[in-house]
Amino acid sequence: MAKVLVVTSGKGGVGKTTSTAALGAALAQTGQTVVVVDFDVGLRNLDIVMGAERRVVFDMINVIQGEARLTQALIRDKRIETLSILPASQTRDKDALTSEGVAQIIAELREKFEWVICDSPAGIERGATLAMHHADVAVIVTNPEVSSVRDSDRIIGLLDSKTEMAKRGERIEKHLLLTRYDAARAARGDMLKTEDVLEILSIPLLGIIPESAEVLRASNLGTPVVLSNPDAAPARAYVDAARRLMGQHVAMVVPGEKKSFMTKLFGRRVA
Amino acid sequence: MSFLNFFSRKPTATVARDRLQILLAHERASLGSNTDLIAVLQEEILAVIGRHVTVDRDKVQVKVDRGASFSTLEIGVEIPPAAVEKQAALDRTALRAS
Repeated sequence: MAKVLVVTSGKGGVGKTTSTAALGAALAQTGQTVVVVDFDVGLRNLDIVMGAERRVVFDMINVIQGEARLTQALIRDKRIETLSILPASQTRDKDALTSEGVAQIIAELREKFEWVICDSPAGIERGATLAMHHADVAVIVTNPEVSSVRDSDRIIGLLDSKTEMAKRGERIEKHLLLTRYDAARAARGDMLKTEDVLEILSIPLLGIIPESAEVLRASNLGTPVVLSNPDAAPARAYVDAARRLMGQHVAMVVPGEKKSFMTKLFGRRVA
Repeated sequence: MSFLNFFSRKPTATVARDRLQILLAHERASLGSNTDLIAVLQEEILAVIGRHVTVDRDKVQVKVDRGASFSTLEIGVEIPPAAVEKQAALDRTALRAS
């Protein structure tokens, strides 16, 4: 039975696309079939983060408007056989993303894949509400920072009222993915702790992704971080999160990055 | 930031947590009921005042402080001197008549 998962946050820049790419790759590495779907019409970025930007021919809007078949728009990942990407349109008007069109595409993707991961745009407009509409599971990406937590709370409210599951009277499964976490700053009391965020949002924790230079390196390369440097702290944290999504019990570790001698010596970096 | 500053700095995460808890308690309540009590109160209070004096909307100050245990709503209405004098004159006539 296919699972439709939405990666959402409300606030922009917290790591939705990075997390979509990493979770998608981590799930696909286990041999499950995965498609990652970009819902950010006009500002697509999942293609570039996944390193598929030069292979985009058709996009979701082309499929919705009948200009291309779904199979023609899907791009097969070159590194993982079971991973595909469905890009958003970069040029079309957002209004071309229709509710019926999205419903049709999600239904078709459910037939073809075990995981359909929808990368939501920031905000609470049409793209974001359509990305979450058909979801069975939601991953709420949050930074330990007031504006991100507030927006996540708003998104949780929408997930509980506006999605198809909510309208059927069912409760959508929600998970918190805490990104850009800095254990040292949290310990010093200068960053919200995991427990603080969990207490405020009261949804279960899927994983803690540490702030790390590896994440930017991965997007520079167009390779999900779980593939670019599998031993790095964020890569391990994403792999663990993916295993939890598959229902496995994996102990939660608060990841601390291995620090170089110089970083240890001078501790505080100029942010 | 000076060396001394660094050691005397207070942790800020608890402030962030407390602010969020108060704010979200209010936001969840107002979104749930679909009506903003503060906005309703403000409208109705101004309507009552408007029955007696013409209220210039640009000269109305509204302050809200959403707290953990209670909130305060402060409405400052500037009443034009003409309206006050007119009312005083009316009062005097009423007094003489009685």
